[in-house]
Amino acid sequence: MSTTGIGQAVRRKEDKRFITGAGRYTDDLNRPGQTYAYFLRSPHAHAKINGIDLTEAVAAPGVVSIFTGSDVAADGLGGLICGWTVHSKDGSEMKAGAHPILAEDTVRYVGDHVAMVVAETYAQAKSAAELIVVDYNVLDAAADVGTAQDGSAPQVHAEAPSNTCFDWELGNKPETLAALKNAAHIVKLDLTNNRLIPNAMEPRAAIADYDSGTDEYTLWTTSQNPHVARLVLSAFVGVAPEHKLRVIAPDVGGGFGSKIFIYAEETACTWASAKIKRPIKWTAERSESFLSDAHGRDHVSHAELAVAEDGTFLGLHVQTKANLGAYLSTFASSVPTYLYGTLLSGQYALPAVYVEVDGVFTHTAPVDAYRGAGRPEATYLIERIVETAARELAFDPAELRRKNFIRTFPHQTPVIMNYDIGDYDACLDKALALVDYDGFPARKAEAESRGKKRGIGFSTYIEACGLAPSAAVGSLGAGVGLWESAEVQVAPTGKIEVFTGAHSHGQGHETTFAQLVCERIGVPIDDVEIIHGDTGRVQFGMGTYGSRSGSVGMSALAHALDKIEAKAKKIAAHLMEADAGDIELKDGVFTVAGTDKELAWAELALGAYTAHGFPTSEIEPGLKENAFYDPLNFTFPSGCHICEVEIDPDTGVTQIANFVAVDDFGVIVNPMIVEGQVQGGIAQGIGQALFEAAHYDETGQLITGSFMDYCMPRADDLPDFDLGFTQTDCPSNPMGMKGCGEAGAIASPPAVINAITDALGVRDIKMPATPARVWAALAAPSPSSD
Amino acid sequence: MALVSMTVNGKPVSGEVEGRTLLVQFIRENLSLTGTHVGCDTSQCGACVIHMDGKAVKACTMLALQAEGSAITTIEGLAKGDDLHPVQKAFKENHGLQCGFCTPGMIMTAVDMIDRIPNLDEETVRAELEGNICRCTGYQNIVKSILDAAETTPA
Repeated sequence: MSTTGIGQAVRRKEDKRFITGAGRYTDDLNRPGQTYAYFLRSPHAHAKINGIDLTEAVAAPGVVSIFTGSDVAADGLGGLICGWTVHSKDGSEMKAGAHPILAEDTVRYVGDHVAMVVAETYAQAKSAAELIVVDYNVLDAAADVGTAQDGSAPQVHAEAPSNTCFDWELGNKPETLAALKNAAHIVKLDLTNNRLIPNAMEPRAAIADYDSGTDEYTLWTTSQNPHVARLVLSAFVGVAPEHKLRVIAPDVGGGFGSKIFIYAEETACTWASAKIKRPIKWTAERSESFLSDAHGRDHVSHAELAVAEDGTFLGLHVQTKANLGAYLSTFASSVPTYLYGTLLSGQYALPAVYVEVDGVFTHTAPVDAYRGAGRPEATYLIERIVETAARELAFDPAELRRKNFIRTFPHQTPVIMNYDIGDYDACLDKALALVDYDGFPARKAEAESRGKKRGIGFSTYIEACGLAPSAAVGSLGAGVGLWESAEVQVAPTGKIEVFTGAHSHGQGHETTFAQLVCERIGVPIDDVEIIHGDTGRVQFGMGTYGSRSGSVGMSALAHALDKIEAKAKKIAAHLMEADAGDIELKDGVFTVAGTDKELAWAELALGAYTAHGFPTSEIEPGLKENAFYDPLNFTFPSGCHICEVEIDPDTGVTQIANFVAVDDFGVIVNPMIVEGQVQGGIAQGIGQALFEAAHYDETGQLITGSFMDYCMPRADDLPDFDLGFTQTDCPSNPMGMKGCGEAGAIASPPAVINAITDALGVRDIKMPATPARVWAALAAPSPSSD
Repeated sequence: MALVSMTVNGKPVSGEVEGRTLLVQFIRENLSLTGTHVGCDTSQCGACVIHMDGKAVKACTMLALQAEGSAITTIEGLAKGDDLHPVQKAFKENHGLQCGFCTPGMIMTAVDMIDRIPNLDEETVRAELEGNICRCTGYQNIVKSILDAAETTPA
């Protein structure tokens, strides 16, 4: 068996450059003659712009040019778009105002883009921006999703009355309402899913370079999907024709969703580089990241679960207000709808589910996909209400779940999804064993003897990954197909270049994709190069998000390798004077069954290019193939996370005492990398549960606008996590993979909050469960604490 | 503008800087040593950690002129030729990095930590990492990398 093939913990090929400081992130790059951009941002959440006086600013040292919304409008550029159309209950399309690249007459959130100053140095651009005089007529803001639909709330867009972008529904309403009417028990819960700021460690950045000789634009930018960026910038914004625009996403320092979207800054830089005929570089300061990266989550929900006397779940009704922010970001409308409502059946054989979601505009930064995107919100809701049901009906939380698990596959839920495979008992059993569930009462008693309150919480999650069958998402409103492409180019020396439309920004594709090539061809891993993130080199691609790179991207690669192998065997048959059906390829050597004939991979490759030994009228010279792969279904990773906390009643500090995660990701290509993905995901989930919250005050000011105010999980906030795996191979793609990138962030928040509410003996506590909130809950236990 | 001179990774360097130029800007922009990263503007994230006169400091939190005459080591100066520093090796071996952006600061912090503190344990490593933020790894493999390197580094 290959030591670098599927299933091996191969050390990462990409690490050398990162551990030696030789990584090349966008801000590390420079272009000859480049200028620097600084964006003047609105300090107000909502204001009319009466006028902008640039007189002093344009005369400031080093200023090359200053652009405002009127310049953009004069050039006829389109605004930023949302690529997913959602419909309301009455069949009408979602309602949204325009999303200008630079504000025209109104600003709608703190951080909204008012002007772009371009100067010889960044310091000059920033200094000149201070000289711009903007005459604002400051207006009241609608900053809170809970009240933004009230008639008296200030309007974000005239096009969306009551700040309602859509009121969407999914599921079987009559059956759900009937189940709730007739059930022995109804469990009710009001939940808030706190707003988060993604905070990839590399701030967003862009360098745009226009070549007046060829009329070509090159944009280096921090993107998870450079081909999608090119498509949007050319087809919808109209910055440049698609064939004249090259988008390169070099090393990218984390994304977590926030770098999927096409933002104003890279758009403006690209457009303006042609205006001034010089390269323009922009790098966000962290404060700008806080203000203007798309945020995540921010739901307020009411849920009711109908439960029979024996604990059988009969129906679930969910009503959610989802904050969209001030403008629709690139995929904003899909996140609280088709990535959320479709997962509300969880792991349970629920006969009836009905979900209603209002998409609500507020005067806050746009909200879009953040690690998990809709699925963490769904999982939080269902796993919190199931745990609450267990407590109210005096069931063991593990057993109530087990009683309702889906056990026959495929399983059609009432909310679109058709689960293809899974074994939820296997995950639960393994997690119970790892956490030593039977020993919990003793641990709780021991903690009590030390004056600590210990609690345990479960989360048996399901998610939908591998986004996704193109026709399926198209029928739900997506403006794009969600296939992936791969191209395999074998050089005459036998070295292999793989061009993939997936993009790695921490996931380790340069290693895992190479492992698949090693597995299939048997060449040394150092002979394989994975190329990604450049529209000038990779034919096309949809990028990396939704845990799709393995199940969709590697499946495309598998198909391209099928073609390579088939052609190579035909050539080998000629070179070895044998029948193509008798040729075998193993460990980089072609053999003829029943003979001792051999042909090394490199000899075959050279033969393919010299083309001396086979009829080129039948077989084309060369060895290069590509494939576009469209998945058959979503994939459905699942698992069981169990958290134990210890709370200090004197301080309200919660310590994660034990965290067990057992996941079923199907086939695992590199267990080391998969474990790393789970660990990172859990850390973000614990961050949501205990530490992180984007908080706007009533005027729409972001109170948590820096790492001083927004609590990122640090090393001493977290323990080691205890991980385990079970495996049911995904039948919907040739790799058998389900995806692992988001599971940790999806599964862990309800496990943590279930553990805290167990320890405190309260019904709910809002995330993040800060020491102040925990302490307050202890001081005055109530059914619902704040 | 003023002239500033220092030794960086064993080589004497000098350059014209403004009074407001940060050390990290001098390193990245004047010297083109872009391994030292800027991840925040409040001295919190630690992506810019370098060594100045043998101590780990955040290069975003001092002016270039304050480093006059000092000896600086950046991530680029840690390996001896192709021979990686034990902490660099440990980060690769233990999957202590994902996107790689926080990694140079993490490694420079780790080298300093191992130099200062004998017999590192997990709790100490986690406490010492308080000034370095990673968003990808959940820290588990960073801690593992540092403990591994500490074991293989002679005291």
